[in-house]
Amino acid sequence: MKTADSAAGPGSADSRTFRSSRSRRFRSGLVGWLFVAAAVILIAAFYFYPMIQALILSFQTGTGINMKFNGLGNYERLFTDKIFLTAVGNTFIYLLFQVPIMIILAMFFSVLLNDRNLKFKGFFRTAIFLPAITSLVAYSIVFKYLFAPDGLVNAMLMNIHIISAPIQWISDPFWAKVTIIIAITWRWTGYNMIFYLSGLQNIDQSIYEAARIDGASAIRQFFSITIPLLKPIILFTSITSTIGTLQLFDEVMNITKGGPGSATTTISQYIYNLSFKYSADFGYAATVSYSIVIMIIILSFIQFKVAGDRNA
Amino acid sequence: MLKAKRASMYLFLSLAAFVSIFPFFWMIVSATNRSVDVTQGRLLPGSHLLDNLRNLTSSVDIWNAMGNSAKISITTTLLAMLIASLAGYGFEIYRSKAKDVVFSILLLSMMIPFAALMVPLYRMFGKITNFFPTFGIDTPAAVVIPTFTTAFLIFFFRQSTKMFPRELLEAGRMDGLSELGLFFRIYLPTMKTTYAAAAIITFMSSWNNYMWPLVILQTPENQTIPLLISNLGSGYSPDYGLIMMAIVISTVPTALVFFLMQKHFVAGMVGSVK
Repeated sequence: MKTADSAAGPGSADSRTFRSSRSRRFRSGLVGWLFVAAAVILIAAFYFYPMIQALILSFQTGTGINMKFNGLGNYERLFTDKIFLTAVGNTFIYLLFQVPIMIILAMFFSVLLNDRNLKFKGFFRTAIFLPAITSLVAYSIVFKYLFAPDGLVNAMLMNIHIISAPIQWISDPFWAKVTIIIAITWRWTGYNMIFYLSGLQNIDQSIYEAARIDGASAIRQFFSITIPLLKPIILFTSITSTIGTLQLFDEVMNITKGGPGSATTTISQYIYNLSFKYSADFGYAATVSYSIVIMIIILSFIQFKVAGDRNA
Repeated sequence: MLKAKRASMYLFLSLAAFVSIFPFFWMIVSATNRSVDVTQGRLLPGSHLLDNLRNLTSSVDIWNAMGNSAKISITTTLLAMLIASLAGYGFEIYRSKAKDVVFSILLLSMMIPFAALMVPLYRMFGKITNFFPTFGIDTPAAVVIPTFTTAFLIFFFRQSTKMFPRELLEAGRMDGLSELGLFFRIYLPTMKTTYAAAAIITFMSSWNNYMWPLVILQTPENQTIPLLISNLGSGYSPDYGLIMMAIVISTVPTALVFFLMQKHFVAGMVGSVK
């Protein structure tokens, strides 16, 4: 190769580059598409095509192969469907309490762990992250038993006299929601913390030094330097957590089964029940699915707007 | 004042670490105790580890479920690596306006909740069953096929490809490598850490996947580990020792992956935001 290069004159080298750059442009057109083809086809086949199917289904009613057009009937049904409205309400309760609690905790832990003089940093970081390696089903079962009426959590709380009678963590409508929120927070706080830690490590320390010289307090520094610089990460974690919460399924299925009644049911679980537990009402299940899609789009849009300029 | 602040910082972090670790401690300790001891709140290791293991393996076929999960997760991971890295590389290296548009459409699929796909996918695989039973309902293939390609992973590979030194490709072209050869001989070996991180993320989520296998797998011989655990946990008179044993066993693979590849794992998570 080397000898061939040096043997060729300057003129021929030029013409070769010209030729190759033109053919490369053609190649990069075609070859590039070949590289991405498999992924594009698979995503189209298993995401977009089913979504079109679901859209068509959402206007139909019936079971199995006996489906018939139902107009907007399914969509009207949504507004009078008590279980659906409860599921939406539950999902929003999880969203409004769990996501902010978790994000504030994650940010708080990351700020503590980012302290240069902290000892056992690696231990604390690994410990707090550890819940993120468990499977959702496995940890849900563990939590179900820990929060049982005669479970360890009640026993501990009674031992230290915080409560005098066991709390019905699983079977009381209010406490069941609290249990779900505690469980999700346990599983995901450390996971989100890692993103904040990496964000903090990217902040130039000299900004803080300058702020200290100007006499800014630690709290002032946190609100005027740390939070603005972490904005993209706050946006990222809150969008992914919101999408995750809107899809909540494994925990509710395995800790409370959606009960008591439908006090902890989520939209995903309701879709599952409609399709595979009750009488296979695929049409209406598809309508309920579209309600989550619409909520995800609206909420992500709002979060982008609230967070403002992403490049800030 | 400063000392009190330090102390409260350690106190707070220790409390957080305790809360995070305690359920692990409890599940491991409970796997060595009898069900009665667990209900009585015993927190010391017992001597019933082997009893629990024996009871577990005689009541359910956990090794079969572990095998199914391993087969599905490894296949998913390998296919996901190949398809997503080819695409991420293609979108970045052969960048064009049209491809950028297609790429942003692909990203929209991240907004689609799986619950919305569940019903149409189930019907789709119902139809496939009539023609190709090996890829239809109640087969491991049906678990893998619709889940292995994710826009997230394509995005992840594309982001990482931005760091890839393109001069290497020019050098490879000079050496007469084909475009596919460039990918397999130059790109793939250079991006080992990216592949490692992507593999960990994919393996973990595949190993833990619950909703789709729950829908598509029906016979006990085909069930994956999360389905088995979920069934064990929904019984009315649970044998705590036995169930905790099953949970511990099911957590070993992901825990191993995490502890052996912790650096890649964190790099992978963080790399996806940058």
